[in-house]
Amino acid sequence: MSEPNPASARGTDQDATPVFAVEERILGIPKSRWPGIIAPLVMGAIFLGLWEGIVRYRGIPAYILPGPMEILKTLGTDWPTLSGALWVTLRITFAALIAAVSVGVSLAILFTQSKWLERSLLPYAVILQVTPVVAIAPLIIIWVGDVNLSLLICAWLVAFFPILSNTILGLNSADHNLVALFQLYGANRWQTMRYLRLPASLPYFLGGLKISGGLALIGAVVAEFVAGTGGSASGLAYRILESGYQLKIPRMFAALLMISVSGIAIFLATSYISHRLLHRWHESAVRRES
Amino acid sequence: MTEAPPQGRAGQRPLVSIRKLSKKFSNGTLALRDVDLDLFPGEFVSLLGPSGCGKSTLLRIISDLSQPSAGTIEWPGADRADAYGKAEHSLGFVFQEPTLMPWAQTLDNVTLPLRLRRMATSEANARAEAMLALVGLKGFEKAYPRELSGGMKMRVSIARALVTEPKVLLMDEPFAALDEITRHKLNDDLLAVWERNRFTAVFVTHSVFESVYLSQRIVVMAARPGRVMSELQVDAPFPRDNLFRTSAEYAHLCRLGSEALKAAIEA
Ligand SMILES: Nc1ncnc2c1ncn2[C@@H]1O[C@H](COP(=O)(O)OP(=O)(O)O)[C@@H](O)[C@H]1O
Ligand SMILES: [Mg+2]
Repeated sequence: MSEPNPASARGTDQDATPVFAVEERILGIPKSRWPGIIAPLVMGAIFLGLWEGIVRYRGIPAYILPGPMEILKTLGTDWPTLSGALWVTLRITFAALIAAVSVGVSLAILFTQSKWLERSLLPYAVILQVTPVVAIAPLIIIWVGDVNLSLLICAWLVAFFPILSNTILGLNSADHNLVALFQLYGANRWQTMRYLRLPASLPYFLGGLKISGGLALIGAVVAEFVAGTGGSASGLAYRILESGYQLKIPRMFAALLMISVSGIAIFLATSYISHRLLHRWHESAVRRES
Repeated sequence: MTEAPPQGRAGQRPLVSIRKLSKKFSNGTLALRDVDLDLFPGEFVSLLGPSGCGKSTLLRIISDLSQPSAGTIEWPGADRADAYGKAEHSLGFVFQEPTLMPWAQTLDNVTLPLRLRRMATSEANARAEAMLALVGLKGFEKAYPRELSGGMKMRVSIARALVTEPKVLLMDEPFAALDEITRHKLNDDLLAVWERNRFTAVFVTHSVFESVYLSQRIVVMAARPGRVMSELQVDAPFPRDNLFRTSAEYAHLCRLGSEALKAAIEA
């Protein structure tokens, strides 16, 4: 007779050690994830430290390359101007993103209802997408007149295509057998859209949204560079141009930092929304224990 | 010996009557040729045949998802057609894949056919809950499909097909992707539900054993072109259980079925 396995000798399931031990968490984040967070932070700290060190050691003047401390200080002192500019840029970005979502999704729905419409309109959407926004921005500014509206249109132009093309793909990717099932139960177009195509397209739409969020910001900034108009209602791009003319390089870096941080924040926000909406059911958002 | 309603008996009006039905696809494939088939109320029929013999195509035509190129399909025994002459809700369909909506919880998946009929939510939920209990999924109403095993997903799919209380349940190799133990269990549970609700079951399979275990009548089909080759009666009484599965009668019928299938493959 062989020795009984010590684990099974105890008997019940409750006594057995779980196969997947629950991972220890630090600050709510699983232990295994920490290296992925700490490594880039350490890397960044080393980089900033070197930067500051070199600027101080070599005595590089601030109008050529300001050190990180100087940039932070400028961010503080110039905050009133810069925060106003940030607000202007973000307002255009979000308005453009909202417009991109509404136009992109509506067009995608319209296109799935009529192949004919899709065939005749989609090529123009592609043309708008592949034409560099810097090239058409001056025209738009001349035609529209109002600067803010022109910037909004430019940012929208850049942002809407990923949402349109992803949503079209998503709406058409509903399981064929489910489509047949809806047909079997006599579902009308609206029901098929509401209960089948729209939910099926959600992961694709959210993928487009992540891309478009960043593009809307880029569009808003690039268009403002082209417009180059100042005044109280100018955004971060104009502040960068202005700082360049006035050789206020620390302020330029501070504005640049604000744009980057905004971009990262938009990406994190869209990723979070995507995760919230998909984590119960979509493979891309499901965390698996291996 | 049979206590189930006899099949094909003269005088009984069929629920579905298929005559000289052919289906040719636009690419030239003759998927079905001159198929004659009657389905009687409350019977359990299996369609047995090699892959490509048109079993799925036949189910799609019965369910009005596809139109025949020639021949007729009539519903003399049912007030199936509505005012528009369109078939609705009197059919349930179970695909080889569970075909559930991954974003919807079990209960919402099952209430779908009812919601499409604009039934009040409370009533739809009550019916779906009852149907889920019947297929052994009580307590899983809030689970998402990805949280269920393959067999459980299939049960949800069956519950969804039955929630409208259809006269006919069409199943296209529903258990082919499941392991044997799960398949046997689902076979038993399907028979139990069928004995209770007595819909007409049309079960597509390429397993002789499964078809003998489940059905009262096996329609053997051959491919290229898809056609009906022969028919086999299975007169064993219900309920059937493991005793039947190990009986000499079952072994004998399986041998007959295998021979018929072999003949169909070689034809
Ligand atoms: N939509 C289609 N277009 C063209 N040929 C098809 C189509 N659907 C099925 N077929 C062909 O019809 C034949 C029968 O197919 P099917 O009904 O799926 O067989 P089974 O379900 O018995 O395996 C096969 O040869 C298949 O290739
Ligand atoms: Mg098939």
